[in-house]
Amino acid sequence: MRYRSLVEAVGDTPLVGLPTLSPSDDVRLWAKLEDRNPTGSVKDRAAIWMIRAAERDGRLRPGATILEPTSGNTGISLAMVAQLHGYELICVMPENTSIERRQLLEMYGAKIILSPAAGGSNQAVAMAKELAEEHPDWVMLYQYGNPANAMAHYETTGPEILRDMPTITHFVAGLGTTGTLMGTGRFLREHVPGVQIVAAEPRYGELVYGLRNVEEGFVPELYDPSVLTSRYSVGAKDAVRRTRQLVETEGIFAGISTGAILHAALGVAEKAAGAGQQADVVLLVADGGWKYLSTGAYGGTLEDAENALEGQLWA
Amino acid sequence: MAIAVRIPTILRNYTGGEKQVEANGSSLASLIDDLDAKHPGLKGRLVTDDGSLHRFVNVYVNDEDVRFTGALDTGLSDGDEVTILPAVAGG
Repeated sequence: MRYRSLVEAVGDTPLVGLPTLSPSDDVRLWAKLEDRNPTGSVKDRAAIWMIRAAERDGRLRPGATILEPTSGNTGISLAMVAQLHGYELICVMPENTSIERRQLLEMYGAKIILSPAAGGSNQAVAMAKELAEEHPDWVMLYQYGNPANAMAHYETTGPEILRDMPTITHFVAGLGTTGTLMGTGRFLREHVPGVQIVAAEPRYGELVYGLRNVEEGFVPELYDPSVLTSRYSVGAKDAVRRTRQLVETEGIFAGISTGAILHAALGVAEKAAGAGQQADVVLLVADGGWKYLSTGAYGGTLEDAENALEGQLWA
Repeated sequence: MAIAVRIPTILRNYTGGEKQVEANGSSLASLIDDLDAKHPGLKGRLVTDDGSLHRFVNVYVNDEDVRFTGALDTGLSDGDEVTILPAVAGG
């Protein structure tokens, strides 16, 4: 494969079987390796689509400043593209994210504004919205409400999966901005009758849910629950256990959110096997494990890892 | 029929600071009524006046979001675990 530049090398990621973790020959698991994107995560697709859309409609002009609330991967993707296209990038990021994410953002020349740990990404979103009002010349791409985020997956992730696995019965991915699930899910529903779209949502430690009241809660504007079939909440312990299992049994070194996705995928696979159905379950590996080595997720006992992740935004 | 219910930090003022409480009910709706009898005011924070789950509240039975299993009509059995969480942003 040959590409004109790194940005052009986005997508077309491998789909690999998980023969050891699959319950049987009739119920098979397949992993879409999104860590094989230009900056190492699925977010490259959304970031590139959002920037291209903003360039097309004239919102982004040379020298512009981009502002984005992000817990990491979207920021890293935007930072790479911003550097190549000549934009400034300011990321509003919760302070309880891994040090590697901050190091990568700084390496790409992005500025970071830290938001308080309590309240997690909700606070980062609120802070970015305030900053956007104070600085009308800054361009907030706003991954939580930008249709180009979901469109990236409708136009690329979905068609790639259908091309490589026409017999897909289940698609399982992480739920954050909801862009991956909305775009891929809509495409697959239009082409595969009865396909199940399954969300795995990280359940963090209590600090992250430290809102002052329920009215401060947040549901991304992109979210349309009718696209999903089911939605599971996965805690740090299950996520870490599955992350380790994935590298031990299949050799895939993935980030912690992928462990949560694998946990949900194994759940639906076992259900299908128990019901005597045939199933091809495609799960999305959102990123590699490199950015999370410092979190303590990969060493020591599960309890150590769970304690180490308490209070961190690990997905 | 005892069902363990995990209460988020922002609603613990209704449970005297308890992280986890027990309640009874064969459906989520009846469980919430029982919770409200034991911890008055809690229902008003979970369910809106029109009788649906509050937009910014997520409820899970054994880790599955009840909005995909019948919402307040979701059935419950002895030993189920119910988790209540406010909706937060990811990404």
